Amino acid sequence: MTAIAGHGASVHIERCGKTFADGTQALAPANLDIISGETLVLLGPSGCGKTTMLRIIAGLEQPDIGGRVLFDDADMTSVPIEQRNVGMVFQSYALFPNMSVADNIGYGLKIRGVDAKARAARIAEMVALTNIGGLEDRRIDQLSGGQRQRVALARAVAIRPRVLLLDEPLTALDASLRDRLRGELNRLLRSLGITAIYVTHDQAEAMELGDRIVVMRKGAIAQIGTPREVYFAPQSRFVAEFVGAANIVEGAVSGGLLLLPGGRLALSAATDVAAAVAMIRPETIRIVGEGDASLTGTIESVSFIGDKQRIVVTGASDKPLAVDAPNTIAVGAGERVGLSVAPEAVRLLPKED
Amino acid sequence: MSHRTFIWICLLPLAVVTAAFFLLPMAQLVVVGTSGPRGVSAYLAILTEPRYRATLINTVVLAAATTIATLVIATIAGLFLQRHRFPGRAVLIAMLTFPLAFPGVVVGFLIILLAGRQGLIGAISNTLTGEKIVFAYSIFGLFLGYLYFSIPRVILTIMAAVQKLDVGLEEAARSLGASPWAVQRDVVLPALGPAFVASGAIAFATAMGAFGTAFTLATNIDVLPMLIYTEFTLAANFSISAALSIGLGVIAWAILALARSFSGGTVAAAG
Ligand SMILES: Nc1ncnc2c1ncn2[C@@H]1O[C@H](COP(=O)(O)OP(=O)(O)O)[C@@H](O)[C@H]1O
Ligand SMILES: [Mg+2]
Repeated sequence: MTAIAGHGASVHIERCGKTFADGTQALAPANLDIISGETLVLLGPSGCGKTTMLRIIAGLEQPDIGGRVLFDDADMTSVPIEQRNVGMVFQSYALFPNMSVADNIGYGLKIRGVDAKARAARIAEMVALTNIGGLEDRRIDQLSGGQRQRVALARAVAIRPRVLLLDEPLTALDASLRDRLRGELNRLLRSLGITAIYVTHDQAEAMELGDRIVVMRKGAIAQIGTPREVYFAPQSRFVAEFVGAANIVEGAVSGGLLLLPGGRLALSAATDVAAAVAMIRPETIRIVGEGDASLTGTIESVSFIGDKQRIVVTGASDKPLAVDAPNTIAVGAGERVGLSVAPEAVRLLPKED
Repeated sequence: MSHRTFIWICLLPLAVVTAAFFLLPMAQLVVVGTSGPRGVSAYLAILTEPRYRATLINTVVLAAATTIATLVIATIAGLFLQRHRFPGRAVLIAMLTFPLAFPGVVVGFLIILLAGRQGLIGAISNTLTGEKIVFAYSIFGLFLGYLYFSIPRVILTIMAAVQKLDVGLEEAARSLGASPWAVQRDVVLPALGPAFVASGAIAFATAMGAFGTAFTLATNIDVLPMLIYTEFTLAANFSISAALSIGLGVIAWAILALARSFSGGTVAAAG
């Protein structure tokens, strides 16, 4: 496995925008630096430009004039994809139907003129790596979705790419398989130490796989950060709501306190403003006795989910608050409760749209 | 009335038509083939009689050459036309497919206009070199006519197949380092295989049986349909022309079946 590891390039994207021939601006000019060996996730809703960004890095799409793509220090902007040495895993897998599994995996090596013996060895290595032993001679249409995904990955990794590009590789699979393959993919990317750029619209996938996450919105980068940073410290309402569940509350800030209809919450640091927007994650809110709390409300509903219960509290803020409470506490709808939130868990967000 | 009965009742007219206008004449043809002085061995004459055999070989070679040339031209043109947008594209496609409705006579006429004794090519070569190039009445004229005939049919099939190609496959091959040539060889052409077999089969069968063009060109090269015509109308040799007809059908069908089994395609071999 060490033979395939440790040859990732760093990728630098400079002022890369993309306007298609029909006038659609899929991507506003953006800068992005990807560190050698890291897994960077492009996360955002459908149509926000993730695939376009990935295709520019791959060389399948030219950026608008002025944009540049660099691998390490080499300018790749005008280098065609076949000379970029990138591995790609497509959403549709794009496996060659006229070749067996082994021939698919070995195709890039064959093109590179690797002799049959060395090729067979590398194919065997890839087959072991992606757990598809026994399928080597199958035709593509004899594979399940999960097996296809692995073959696509094996084929992309077999050429020892400088950068591995994955476009929603798990989206086509059903939920339980997706979870399992996500874990496998994570271990594989870590062990390869390859530079990987991973596109997804699924925030759980982004969290698990990404060293860093680029949250995108409408063709622009909304925030770049580690999974913890984008989760705990979103810089905008969009990021707060797209990454994980979030309560967005509005109220005035006065003397370090956020004033809400049902009371007030302490803030870690804040200047006074008449109308502020703040984010509170459901799991950071604790249900306490009504008497002890500076913020109170009425329980509207309790949903038992197994590992936790989702409680909706009204009257505390302008909108009903979602609270994720331990599955052990016993409360019921209609009950008056107090709510307690640590000051650093209340994140003030810039006011926008 | 049960569902099954209903289907059978619907199928009845089809069965009647098939029997009356397809099976009966065909059976009659088979019987007529054996009615001559040669008896059943008339069926072997197409292989044993030197003149018939030479004609058969001519016909098969010509049809095969036409099919291959058509596939090459139509594939290049079809790929280009489907993948590029340029002014005049629609006109070009219309022109290429215009001869679809032409009968063989018209195609033969066009070839004479082009390469006949008073033809365009002859006139040009005459002014340039003082020598008149005339090939309308040779096997090249026939070949050209058959090309004219089959390109429109094949090009439409190929264009439809190109449109259905998964661009992702080509992009995947490129990402793995394949040059544009390698992409064509390893991805595009294999994916077009079924379309080649389907449209090639039509082109081949059409060329095997084409009569109008050969007749119009009044060539001295014999092709099977012409031979059948002469045996039938001029020599009134019913049994031989029937046997030759069956032979033509069987051989065309067999060659197509062979091509199909090689390609592993799921396309019907036209008879
Ligand atoms: N070839 C194209 N021509 C015109 N518009 C395109 C093309 N490809 C993508 N787009 C548009 O660009 C935007 C971004 O697309 P894409 O990058 O595929 O989004 P994502 O992968 O995030 O879903 C979308 O609005 C899409 O419709
Ligand atoms: Mg996409």
